[in-house]
Amino acid sequence: MKTIYTIIICFVFVTANNAQEKFLTKNGSISFFSSAVVKDFKADNNQVLSIIDTDSGKMAISILMKSFMFEKALMQEHFNENYVESDKFPKATFRGAIVDFESITDLETKVEVEGIITIHGVSKEIVISANMTRSEESIVLRGEFNVLLADYNIEIPRVVSKSIAKTIKVTFDFNHKPYNK
Amino acid sequence: MKKIILTIFVVLLSIQIPAQDLLDILDSETPKTDNIVSATFKGTRILNGHSIENRKDKELEFIISHRFGRINLGFDELFGLDKSNIRFALEYGVNNNLTVGLGRSSFEKTYDGFLKYSLLKQKTGSNSFPFAVSLFGSVAVKTLKDYDPADKRTFAESLFYVGQVLIAKKVSPSFSFQVTPTYVHRNTVRIAADPHDIFAVGLGTRMKLTKRVSFNSEYYFAFDQSKSIDARNSLAFGVDIETGGHVFQLILSNAITMIEKSFITENTGDFFAGDIHFGFNISRTF
Repeated sequence: MKTIYTIIICFVFVTANNAQEKFLTKNGSISFFSSAVVKDFKADNNQVLSIIDTDSGKMAISILMKSFMFEKALMQEHFNENYVESDKFPKATFRGAIVDFESITDLETKVEVEGIITIHGVSKEIVISANMTRSEESIVLRGEFNVLLADYNIEIPRVVSKSIAKTIKVTFDFNHKPYNK
Repeated sequence: MKKIILTIFVVLLSIQIPAQDLLDILDSETPKTDNIVSATFKGTRILNGHSIENRKDKELEFIISHRFGRINLGFDELFGLDKSNIRFALEYGVNNNLTVGLGRSSFEKTYDGFLKYSLLKQKTGSNSFPFAVSLFGSVAVKTLKDYDPADKRTFAESLFYVGQVLIAKKVSPSFSFQVTPTYVHRNTVRIAADPHDIFAVGLGTRMKLTKRVSFNSEYYFAFDQSKSIDARNSLAFGVDIETGGHVFQLILSNAITMIEKSFITENTGDFFAGDIHFGFNISRTF
């Protein structure tokens, strides 16, 4: 009997040791802005999923392309149909890590996030600067970066080249909360 | 005994349960949502007839449609280009599901008004639905004074009604089709033997050739036809070319008209004898 208890205690100890601390958000926001000769436009997505593993500093982001909301429904349809081809590539993802996460002790600090971003089926290495605010209850990441559409095989026909910028500014704001599975 | 326990403990510790991939966690946390299938067709017309697509909320579209004369008229008529039927129309999205339109065709000086309502959407995901259904109704008024002055036609006698159920399915991103049961009522017919009511069914398809170009076909089969004319079913082929806010449609059709009551019940062109009208639809969205 004693032996069984001991084994159970061992299991509990080991499992507890393996429990990873994760922070997650299901309603992170990502917006992008296009500023071209003829017009400016933006699109917002407030249903972005992002997760941080605080043991390793690893991070992952999943963006459903159809959740980007445009001012005009027709633009949204064109975005999904002709530009990012959402039926073929429903999600954009990021998989990477916050650089030197373990050594960061400040509550508020500038961090670099390094990893691989996949948009329109094309994967690229990327380093993004962000502001991180960390507490027991949350990890907030905010920042912006630029995406050159041609890098991701997103073509802009010549007739609309004055309406859509070649480089799109992307801003993000994620408020992660502790995630218990 | 203690050795065994120790061994188990060490083994358990050393087996690092591999950290679950973070993206997999995100996948499992993604809320299950309905996904409404969009862009079954590029435009609000397959070619001559309506597609299930509506104008979007508060969008106004100006459509100019042309059908030239028959291309087998030869060089003297510049293969039909000397003759043309033009229709101007304004179409407005009251909301994402309801479109109203007003048009005027030069052929028989006809005015038409229509309503199109999207009843059911094709969906994938947790609440999937296999096809989309829209309802279409239109009234057309023929104002050409082609009657005997002694036998003046009243306004009511100049009216035509069309009701359609548009049933469409986007089978894949590159292939969509639509089946369109249609009812046409004519208040006035040429001779007593001509039916006032005609039932027809349309079949339309769209095949995407590139991201912005598609090949469309459309056929309407009428179950009854006017006896006073050599009526034929309408057949059309064409391409959609999309550029930003415009959709251009280039069309080869055996009908010169662009409204349902005409191309379904009053068409006399024989496509395979060369009675083909070249035409186009241009739309501009505001």
